[in-house]
Amino acid sequence: MKLPTFRGGVHPPERKELSQNASLTVLPLPETVYVFLANHAGIPAKPVVKTGDKVKTGQLIAESGGFISAHLHSPVTGEVREIAKYYHPTLSKPEDAIVIQRTSEDDWELLGGTGSCDDFSSREIVDRIQRAGIVGLGGAMFPTNVKLSPPAEKKIDLLVINGAECEPYLTIDYRYMLERSEGIIEGTRAIMKALGVSRAIIGIEDNKPEAISKMKVASNGSNIVVKALKTKYPQGAEKQLIYALEKRVVPSGGLPLDVGVVVDNVGTAYAVYEALEAGRPLVERGVTLTGEGLKNPMNVVARIGTMTQELIEFAGGMLEGVDRVVFGGPMMGVTIPKLDVPIVKGTSGVTVMKETAPLEEFPCIRCGRCTFVCPMNLQPFLLNLYGSNRLYDKAVENGLMDCIECGSCSYGCPANIELVKNFKLHKKIYRSLKGGARK
Amino acid sequence: MKLTMKAAPHLRNGDTVRKVMLDVLIALTPVAVWAVVAFGLKALALIVICTVGAEALDFVIMRFLRNRKSFRPDLSGAVTGLLLALNLSVAVELWQALVGVVVAVAIAKAVFGGLGKNFFNPALIGRVFLLISFPVQMTTWFRPFDMQTSATPLALLKEGAPRVFSLQEMLLGTIPGSLGEVSALLLVLGFGWLLIRGRVSPIIPVTYIGTVAIFAAIFNGFNPSFGSPIYHILGGGLMLGALFMATDMVTSPMSLKGHIIFGIGCGAITMIIRLFGGYPEGVSFAILVMNAFVPLIDMFAKPKIFGKVKSHA
Repeated sequence: MKLPTFRGGVHPPERKELSQNASLTVLPLPETVYVFLANHAGIPAKPVVKTGDKVKTGQLIAESGGFISAHLHSPVTGEVREIAKYYHPTLSKPEDAIVIQRTSEDDWELLGGTGSCDDFSSREIVDRIQRAGIVGLGGAMFPTNVKLSPPAEKKIDLLVINGAECEPYLTIDYRYMLERSEGIIEGTRAIMKALGVSRAIIGIEDNKPEAISKMKVASNGSNIVVKALKTKYPQGAEKQLIYALEKRVVPSGGLPLDVGVVVDNVGTAYAVYEALEAGRPLVERGVTLTGEGLKNPMNVVARIGTMTQELIEFAGGMLEGVDRVVFGGPMMGVTIPKLDVPIVKGTSGVTVMKETAPLEEFPCIRCGRCTFVCPMNLQPFLLNLYGSNRLYDKAVENGLMDCIECGSCSYGCPANIELVKNFKLHKKIYRSLKGGARK
Repeated sequence: MKLTMKAAPHLRNGDTVRKVMLDVLIALTPVAVWAVVAFGLKALALIVICTVGAEALDFVIMRFLRNRKSFRPDLSGAVTGLLLALNLSVAVELWQALVGVVVAVAIAKAVFGGLGKNFFNPALIGRVFLLISFPVQMTTWFRPFDMQTSATPLALLKEGAPRVFSLQEMLLGTIPGSLGEVSALLLVLGFGWLLIRGRVSPIIPVTYIGTVAIFAAIFNGFNPSFGSPIYHILGGGLMLGALFMATDMVTSPMSLKGHIIFGIGCGAITMIIRLFGGYPEGVSFAILVMNAFVPLIDMFAKPKIFGKVKSHA
């Protein structure tokens, strides 16, 4: 049978074998955590604690700063040491973080009233997700409660749970699906109820047959369907995933809800389950520690705000010849300049990569590979030509803002042109030229 | 511990332009070997002089005239040179071939800005320059092996006295013609290598050859002296042109739609020249004319962006 997929895409080496057989390990509680106020997309949270305050694990330490924002909770029990600027891994600049010194083992402050999703109304579920500070754990960190409160005129009829994990090296969603399948299904049911939809599909790439069968068993008897997808990067990109599963095309500049779909990551579904059944706010997440440069690649459950240094030491430290440390996977991940950078809610993996031969750049020979692999059907060479010549309006006319930054074009370019890197820059320039308005 | 900051993606497939060019050279090797077998050492000398000469000239221009200190040879010159050699008759003198190399590399390519910037296929510019400058040598053809001078199948057709070459002769390459055009089978074999390696799409050759076949079939139906489709496909430079010259990445369109338009255009112009023009063969001119249209084709034949309802081009 032909597996569902999308047009374009590439097949980078998967390298999941490094860490896929390592069961989830709970990381020992860190001595100090650094919780960024910008731990989600949108407006940073506002601190409600000050230096010297004693906090419990799960206690609210910063509240949502606006509509697109999220609450923050203390990942450990201890004392607030300071609120100061630290290097933010995905914003790539110093940002305010609440630093908490741990003083004891966990003393939880849970959200009151627990139970399965049948005990909650749909409004209560959304409210609970908001109070638990849950954001998209796939990496985008978009506040989940906002996603679950679509405008009234948008009719949602389908929930898609993203278990594709197309990013090479990363195995955290895989381990969650193997070891926490029931929780994911419960979380999925809760999100379905919150949205008022009767259908949900869990999409998983076919390079994870064990996860597929495990999720099929767990979803047995419910109206949640598990679907195998062709293994191809970027299968897990929202628009490509929806197209593969349902052949619905998200309009340019639009969101999945424009075609009646909401997409959430499997980790997010699990976090929803924990918030409902255990009353636990989002203070920890699964992180894959992997890469050829790491001694013992593994999958850990770590508290938000744990330093990368600690994670790497826990995984046996780095080997000789390490060149870069990437937050996320190798296709879309961001490098960090030093190891004392804390993880955030969207950190799905830390990939330690060895040095590779320097790339030799050539002029573009118009081979068309970038056009062929672009999952958005753009012409990357053309966007690059326009952007590099500062014709940003032309680039946008030709779809610059539709670029999902998946990196497929740069991956296969024989001229080794840094296409995606340039597009990110061109987008930024275009937005600031337009007065910061998003288009 | 020093960590470097690099831009995503952190994985690359390791491909380079040099490897692309090397694949083209590999694809043309069987044809080149056959040329030496069929036409002798003079053919070998032409191939070596053109290939090495073009690559060396490209290097000299890039490294010294344009002062690119870090420039390393990328084999694009060699591809141009080899294609030029395969487009020559074995009657062409070595010095004449070198003139063609200089025209191809220095004028058709470097003047436009070097690799990737030229509008016209450099090897074809070189060939056409030689055709105009040295028409005698460029249109004196030899039969392989016995080296008797003979008109090409298409020239015979033009003169209205078609000597029918058999299908087998045209496939294997025992017909008179330029070094690289005589063996259709080996050309297809080489193109197969490029397909396997994912270097080219078959769209341009298919639409190009298909258009020629349809034209030939229609006109042959009215008047058998116009020659049959098989004759037009295998009897001249079409296979070499469609498989290796029209598919030149730099000078062909980028999108699927563009490839189709380009292929049909090449086919139509080729047949108009062959049937009604002064020259017996029109492949070079057809491709060069269509090269000029590539920017225009690229502008109108853009792929539809995923999620865009209507493209407002």
